Amino acid sequence: MIFSVRKSIYLTVLLIISLFLLGGCRSEHPFVKKTAFKDADKILIEFAGAVDESWARNPANYTVFEKPDPDIRLIIKDISISADHKKVTLIFEDDLNKNQPHILTAANISHGGKSLGSAILNVKKFYLGYLFSILIGAMIINNFVFTKYLGLCVFFGTSQRKSTAVGMGITFTMVMVASAMISWFIYQFILQPYRLDFLQIVVFIGLVSLSVQAVDTVLRKVNPVLFKAFGVYLVLVIANCIIIAVPLILADNQYNAWESLMLSLGAGLGFLIALFLMSSVRERLELANVPPTYRGLPIAFVLAGLFALAFLGFSGMSIF
Amino acid sequence: MPATTKTNFQLFTNGILNENPIFRLALSMCPAVGISTTVMNGIMLGIAVLFVQVFSSCTISLIKNYIHPRIRIPTYTLTIATWVTVIDLVLAAFLPAAYKEMGIFVKLIVAFAIITMRLEIFACKNSVTSSFWDGVGMGLGFMFGMMAIGFVRELLGMGTILGHDVLGFRPLLFFVLPAAGFFCVGIMMAMFNYVELVYNRKKRAEKR
Repeated sequence: MIFSVRKSIYLTVLLIISLFLLGGCRSEHPFVKKTAFKDADKILIEFAGAVDESWARNPANYTVFEKPDPDIRLIIKDISISADHKKVTLIFEDDLNKNQPHILTAANISHGGKSLGSAILNVKKFYLGYLFSILIGAMIINNFVFTKYLGLCVFFGTSQRKSTAVGMGITFTMVMVASAMISWFIYQFILQPYRLDFLQIVVFIGLVSLSVQAVDTVLRKVNPVLFKAFGVYLVLVIANCIIIAVPLILADNQYNAWESLMLSLGAGLGFLIALFLMSSVRERLELANVPPTYRGLPIAFVLAGLFALAFLGFSGMSIF
Repeated sequence: MPATTKTNFQLFTNGILNENPIFRLALSMCPAVGISTTVMNGIMLGIAVLFVQVFSSCTISLIKNYIHPRIRIPTYTLTIATWVTVIDLVLAAFLPAAYKEMGIFVKLIVAFAIITMRLEIFACKNSVTSSFWDGVGMGLGFMFGMMAIGFVRELLGMGTILGHDVLGFRPLLFFVLPAAGFFCVGIMMAMFNYVELVYNRKKRAEKR
């Protein structure tokens, strides 16, 4: 009984934290209700009240760029305004790349002749869809093993048996998510505010070793059966470059908590998929008559090359 | 293992030939596949690895008597991470173009198995001089491995070497594709195996 009460308190706290984090993604100016992509080349801005038509129709009041490239300003071709003066639609010369969040700056929003200050707005796709596309992107489209060539030592070492491959994949996913979230937290709230960015390699590798040790200890106490199955793979996790690459990518791209969670989960599951595919083929390969010079690693490399070519087919795919 | 009895020259060649990190030990394969599209990339990353390897080998062999055996692995990791940070900042400051080309791989030197392995089985038991030569040999061995793969891929893929046009045409454009790194490494490993096989067969025939 006590346990369930405590559990529900934990859940509530988690829910509040998550709402707080999600809340940070809404529009940033009190007068702006909503921003959204429309069609292929339009951005819709919805204001809380009527804005002045002369202000709204002036393209000089808006600057729009993709979040990663602040230097490249997108050119506005036309602006339309709804009858009640609450909705403004910006029409651009070229089609927008909706996979990237866009930053829209509306200078000196004018309402009944008064200026309400400038607003810097984040235009994004439907947020859950965006998160999902990060997950699928890290898992399949930009699979870390087959399209980024990371974690190969462990990949070739543990893909001989299906059971080993699945065990390694699951262990890796658990440690990956845990360590990426800790590193994200440390980077955002300690390293960046105190300008200690240059320490990121030292800190991240330390955190990875720590979280491997932590998962080891927790698993041993909480679930000995699971520990018996997966404990052997924990040591190997540290030798995998993906586990240190993901925190570095998170730090470079300034992802928020949810995006980080999705990317690390995608990286882990992508590694699991790669291991499983490879081990299925390598199990069959044992029955095949491979030339003696190709036995062992060389044939495994050629196989991985075939997989990489197949995964090349996913490149450029976009979801939502 | 007691302190090594090999001469410095033997230690030096050991890393390049007998225990070549890429072709013989099959360690640190990620960069060998990922960024070996040109010879230049191989040289740049090779130099970075060489410096990290030599500096961390010397550091560990200097302080080997003060490291408690139970915390030796974390000590190695932190030493390597420190030197990688140094190399990373130096490259970013002085060679920004090459640094951009190599991307995340410079930072990932910290996770290369070859460096930790050399510290564990060599530097923590031997003198600073031996460790230095061992580090140089291993670093150069890695660099030569990267350069060999880069040479094949650049020549076959683009018909150039170090950016100079040699062939005048592109024999197999396929080798520039990122996925071709796997094929290239696999086929080269098989070739090394074949040479070894023939060599051993000859040796056996001579003995008879």
